[in-house]
Amino acid sequence: MSLEILQPGLLTTIQDRGRYGYQNAGIPVSGAMDAVALRMANLLVGNGEGEAGLEITWKGPAIRFKKDCLIALAGADLSAKVEGMPVKMWRPVYVREECVLEFGEAVQGCRAYLAVSGGFDIPRVMNSASTYLRGRIGGWAGRALRKGDVIPYGEMSKERRAWSKEWVNGPDDQSFIPAKWTVPPSLLPVYEKNPVIRAVEGPEYGLFPAGSKNIFWKKKFQINPRSDRMGYRLAGTLPDVNTGELISGAVTFGTVQVPPGGEPVVLLADRQATGGYPRIAQVITADFSKLVQAFHGDSVRFRKVSLQEAQQLYREQEQNISTLRQALQRKFEV
Amino acid sequence: MNSVRIYPLGEIAAVVEFGKRIDYETHVRVMALAERLEKKSFPGMIEYVPAYTTLTVYYDPLIVGKNGQEDAYQNVRAMLLDLAKVKVKKRKEPGRVVEIPVCYGGEFGPDLDEVAGSNKLSVEEVIGIHSGGQYLVYMLGFAPGFPYLGGMDERIATPRKATPRQAIPAGSVGIAGAQTGIYPLETPGGWQLIGRTPVSLFDPQREDPCLLRAGDNVRFVPITKEEYHKAKS
Repeated sequence: MSLEILQPGLLTTIQDRGRYGYQNAGIPVSGAMDAVALRMANLLVGNGEGEAGLEITWKGPAIRFKKDCLIALAGADLSAKVEGMPVKMWRPVYVREECVLEFGEAVQGCRAYLAVSGGFDIPRVMNSASTYLRGRIGGWAGRALRKGDVIPYGEMSKERRAWSKEWVNGPDDQSFIPAKWTVPPSLLPVYEKNPVIRAVEGPEYGLFPAGSKNIFWKKKFQINPRSDRMGYRLAGTLPDVNTGELISGAVTFGTVQVPPGGEPVVLLADRQATGGYPRIAQVITADFSKLVQAFHGDSVRFRKVSLQEAQQLYREQEQNISTLRQALQRKFEV
Repeated sequence: MNSVRIYPLGEIAAVVEFGKRIDYETHVRVMALAERLEKKSFPGMIEYVPAYTTLTVYYDPLIVGKNGQEDAYQNVRAMLLDLAKVKVKKRKEPGRVVEIPVCYGGEFGPDLDEVAGSNKLSVEEVIGIHSGGQYLVYMLGFAPGFPYLGGMDERIATPRKATPRQAIPAGSVGIAGAQTGIYPLETPGGWQLIGRTPVSLFDPQREDPCLLRAGDNVRFVPITKEEYHKAKS
């Protein structure tokens, strides 16, 4: 069972939830930029949440499925079509062999996730299938997918096959059959073009002058096009930042660093494990999706929250995913 | 002397800070806590990252906070405070000594002359000083397997290049200010390159992907061009 990349799109990589346990060796976590969307795509095809999927960025690929399979698309709406017909997201979709999945305009968000029931059949590197591009580690040969790549995926489980037979009643000439149900609206993420991102104070917050702090919490920062999976460079200078370099310490997804130039950088999936610039803020986990679904040219603004609120919002997000997981378990009972 | 500061890094990590300066005593305390966590992790602990003066501990707030019944950060903070307080016995044995063969100069060390000249030393003296030292690996970071080495002799300290190179070959051994290091991957950089090692600091196919660990001691061993090519093949 495999899929063939007919066109690679802007940046399509294999990602799971990340490579954990090796940061103390200088190996970045990598993984899906929008981990929640990946997890939901996996749940929708009956995979474990941490299964590898395709991360599709802005301009999507053209993919031919060599055999019948069950897929789900989550995250950004990039106008997906199978054999030229629009295909809905946030639900399992049975796709017949030799059919082609393509993408068009980005309608909402910029990163979409494709999960295939059975998962991708690729070697794990240091316990993860995630791709670390700069280090050429993991995923598909440590790189973005290219035209001609043929990626094997696992067999749909007997249970999944039996279950999908129940609603796959259409004639054989239908190229795809989506499930009639989808994720309830209360659990569906909404991605804004210019989101407000909640953050707590960073460890070096106290080192910044009052003027810098004020501007940090007020300014609309445009995401510089020179941004990538390592981090979002924000256009806009914080004044009087003269903290210089500090003793290197750990940084994580959502850490907002301010190098001597004064332009903040929000670290993302392919960030280094350690850094030496002062950390003014830390984006909360519950807002990671909103942040990464804004693209180059969009703007973000930061809103300060307390650590207690951040913990509370973390719990609520996990509760939502748990609710979806349980609802799907009931649906999947054959 | 034995005080620690603990602060959050968002809601998913806690930083234990042992001091404000890069020195051996602080390093020993960082590594001691790392060792304790390595031997006995707490439920919900994901991983820890040692740095010069800090140990950052990543955790799952749901598990540590018992699904919202308790404050996750306060729980982690209390736990780490206790663990960090345990008296550190003077390290009986130093960490392992790892010898790294280096072919100095020539095509592998295009900046060796500049390092010698700017420090008013001969090339032989620079090689002698650099390979005569023993360097402590304080931490890994910046890139896979990249060691932050301490203890370089001030006599060969040289400022970074004014114009960084676009691509420094993997294995390059360089000097930047008062630091020395080895590039595990090809990256741009402004280091003064004095030699190259045929050994790979990081190989994802190896059982132990990283050659070095925090706490190791590195010695550079000069080798000839022939030995370099032999080792590389």
